[in-house]
Amino acid sequence: MPSNALTATDLCCRRGDRWLFSGLSLNLARGQALHILGPNGLGKSSLMRMLAGLLPPSPDPVSGTTGTIAWDGPLALMDERHGLDLGQPLGAALAFWARVDGPVPDEAIKGLGLANLLDVPVRYLSTGQKKRAALARLIGQNAPNWLLDEPLNGLDVAACAMVERMIERHCAGGGACIIASHQPLGIPALTRLDLAGYAL
Amino acid sequence: MKGAALLAILRRDLRLLLLGSGGGGGIMLPILFFLAVAIIFPFAVGPDPKLLARVGGGVIWLAALLAAILPLDRLIEPDREAGLFEQWALRGISEEVIIALRLLAHWLSFAPPLMLATLPAAALLGLDGRTIVLVELGLLAGTPGLAAVGVAVATITAGLKGGAALAGLLFIPLCVPILIFGAGALAIGGESGLALAGAASLVLVALTPFAGAAALRAGR
Repeated sequence: MPSNALTATDLCCRRGDRWLFSGLSLNLARGQALHILGPNGLGKSSLMRMLAGLLPPSPDPVSGTTGTIAWDGPLALMDERHGLDLGQPLGAALAFWARVDGPVPDEAIKGLGLANLLDVPVRYLSTGQKKRAALARLIGQNAPNWLLDEPLNGLDVAACAMVERMIERHCAGGGACIIASHQPLGIPALTRLDLAGYAL
Repeated sequence: MKGAALLAILRRDLRLLLLGSGGGGGIMLPILFFLAVAIIFPFAVGPDPKLLARVGGGVIWLAALLAAILPLDRLIEPDREAGLFEQWALRGISEEVIIALRLLAHWLSFAPPLMLATLPAAALLGLDGRTIVLVELGLLAGTPGLAAVGVAVATITAGLKGGAALAGLLFIPLCVPILIFGAGALAIGGESGLALAGAASLVLVALTPFAGAAALRAGR
């Protein structure tokens, strides 16, 4: 019996003086994709950063206990920061991550429409092209667990569909994926979680 | 795998700090600034060779300190902005290691060119052989400390509005011990200052990875 990809219990989030959400527990099985919904400013990105381990969970406002997050296996994050050297050509910027993570498969580069952009400096790429480049980096990381924060922002219709197929393939291969997005996602097998239910 | 990743990060940091991030911003700028300070000093105090030979060593130290401020704003902030530190953290590479690598890359990109540029600067100021040797040894002992303070200050001010100016302001007082010991070594009988400059450097180098990592985590 495969274990859960993610077990998170009783997560609370406070940013400065504002409470964003509390009492959020999550279980994610292998092969499952979870869509976190909610209007702007509700803490979707904070939740993603918390799940990524970049932000410590806040203690519960009532009981004072702090929630726990346990991932099974490595974890890849894509958010609005692309994680690529702005001054480098795209090929060199991805080559750096290839030395850290392992190479991005050529078909992924082609599938993302990046093949003829490899000698363009990252700073000259458009918003959507930077997003595609960040997706290439994410694929190269080869992690079983994905955290995608607003993956469709800045992408055109064709690219949105491509990202949706990418997530489906990832989950069909036994990977787990959490997507935070205020846009609807065209993925049939998708669990949904509305963060508004946990808002404070 | 982990070792290969760390080596890749060090190579990247070093290339970025030496050559800049596409179209300028490399180490040439601070070095030219250092030489410019050494060149304009005689214009300000007059061309008296005796005076220049006496104060020239101190001038080189001061120029080195000022030149060390120039790289601060691109030492940490561009990578924080691009999310690279977060991506490394996700891969289980600790912030302490990342900052230690950045410190090593910063020192390697800054100190050897500076010590090389000291030779023409010393010639312009007419320093004697003993002073040149003491300045070079002092820079060898002191630049690791300057680099450490630079990385720590750059990390602490990364992401702040006006962070670059604040970094320069924080940098100067923190470097005073190195300046006192390093430049003090030039006085007759002051050679023990070299050891003290080295000791101050070692303390700062040891502290910086922890201070920088804490600042990175607090800034997320």
